[in-house]
Amino acid sequence: MTSEDPLVVLSGVNKHFGSLHVLRDIDLTVARNEVVVLIGPSGSGKSTLCRTINRLEPIDSGTITIDGRPLPAEGRGLARLRSEVGMVFQSFNLFAHKTVLENLTLAQIKVRKRSKAEAEKKARELLARVGLADQAPKYPAQLSGGQQQRVAIARSLAMDPKVMLFDEPTSALDPEMINEVLEVMRTLAVEGMTMVVVTHEMGFARSAANRVVFMADGQILESRTPEEFFDHPETDRAKDFLSKILKH
Amino acid sequence: MNVLLDNFALFREGFVGTVELTLAAGLIAMVVGVLMAGCRVSPVRPMRLIGGVWVTVLRNTPLTLLFFAVVLGLPRFGVVLPFFTLAVLALGCYTSAFICEAVRAGINTVPVGQGEAARSLGMNFGQTLSLIVLPQAMRAVIPPVGSTLIALAKNTAIAGSFSVVELLGTYRTLNELGYDIVVTFMWIAIGYLIITLTISAVFRLLERHLEVTR
Ligand SMILES: Nc1ncnc2c1ncn2[C@@H]1O[C@H](COP(=O)(O)OP(=O)(O)O)[C@@H](O)[C@H]1O
Ligand SMILES: [Mg+2]
Repeated sequence: MTSEDPLVVLSGVNKHFGSLHVLRDIDLTVARNEVVVLIGPSGSGKSTLCRTINRLEPIDSGTITIDGRPLPAEGRGLARLRSEVGMVFQSFNLFAHKTVLENLTLAQIKVRKRSKAEAEKKARELLARVGLADQAPKYPAQLSGGQQQRVAIARSLAMDPKVMLFDEPTSALDPEMINEVLEVMRTLAVEGMTMVVVTHEMGFARSAANRVVFMADGQILESRTPEEFFDHPETDRAKDFLSKILKH
Repeated sequence: MNVLLDNFALFREGFVGTVELTLAAGLIAMVVGVLMAGCRVSPVRPMRLIGGVWVTVLRNTPLTLLFFAVVLGLPRFGVVLPFFTLAVLALGCYTSAFICEAVRAGINTVPVGQGEAARSLGMNFGQTLSLIVLPQAMRAVIPPVGSTLIALAKNTAIAGSFSVVELLGTYRTLNELGYDIVVTFMWIAIGYLIITLTISAVFRLLERHLEVTR
């Protein structure tokens, strides 16, 4: 679980939005099977960092490699790489005009070139795994938020990703639905999926994460085990941040 | 009443001419318009530029001027085509600019997260656009495209001034034959109404169909 087997490596990554410097010299290595929780105040660049890993946001300088290969520029290579990096969004982003089953089969068929039967078999297995086997024929709008997010996770898993990125996957959910999603994520973590998770769910961070990375103002300020970070934060920014979220 | 019955063959020929112009130019406008909309939202800068120039030039040129450009310009490059084809080209390209903007506006109604999810699953630009974004843009695109095609049907009248047989042009013959010009124009107007109302009906059906399948 150390960086002996690095899967995702960011080094010297910088990113601007206009004059706003949102990522400042980011160095981050995520080992295979490691679960990293990204935490930090709103606007600190967590989402942007997550999105650079599958190049939904291009970077200005620095390098990002996944499984030893640098991120390709726009084109076929990039599409292939993205299919190996799962991404789960805060707002689910299920395809609104497709059924749950089609949401899970579409990219398998079009990107992975699997047969329809093969894709459906895989889709049904994954739906069963996230506890939604009976929802296959429904449209996303007919599901609760928690169910939609579990479908979104299953949709990513259908591509057999090497790493999964989660950008605040439970922030848009009603409180009673948060756990069903975290439970699925916890299982994934136990099964050895490499994960980068932006979340403020401390329970999840403590129970599932190998490492907590604290960001503020586009910089990584701390990178430590959950126990160390939550019980003995080093920087004032982290202490301040933790005191605020712990009050709620 | 006699104007129509006495000259039914003439009216029919003009009517069919207008329908043919509308259908052929409409087809070109749809295909080129969607392609250009794709260019305008493409991640590749030169493509966006092509789409932008296409729309800006065609949307801001008077249609009659465009007809002259095609009829007088293409032969200079050794391209000799029948007037009907030239008219279809002029009308199709002109209308494609408006279709393009209608489609692009529709694309903008689809949440960006839909495209991002598709791309993050490894779909390329073409797949993302055709499988995820355009189908969801359809509902917003149908009404303005209907209006654009109705405008096209009426714009075909300009082709009459360029030796193409179409509905409005029938008035010249009928006028020479001494028929009441007002009555003649009334029948011509009814001919256009038949075409435009048909387009409206088809698009209303499409719209309702899309509502049901959602
Ligand atoms: N597409 C964008 N264009 C301009 N500014 C952006 C964009 N996305 C994010 N930002 C800005 O970048 C900073 C970091 O944003 P983000 O990565 O979303 O932070 P976090 O996820 O930690 O809340 C914020 O100040 C935000 O306003
Ligand atoms: Mg964020």
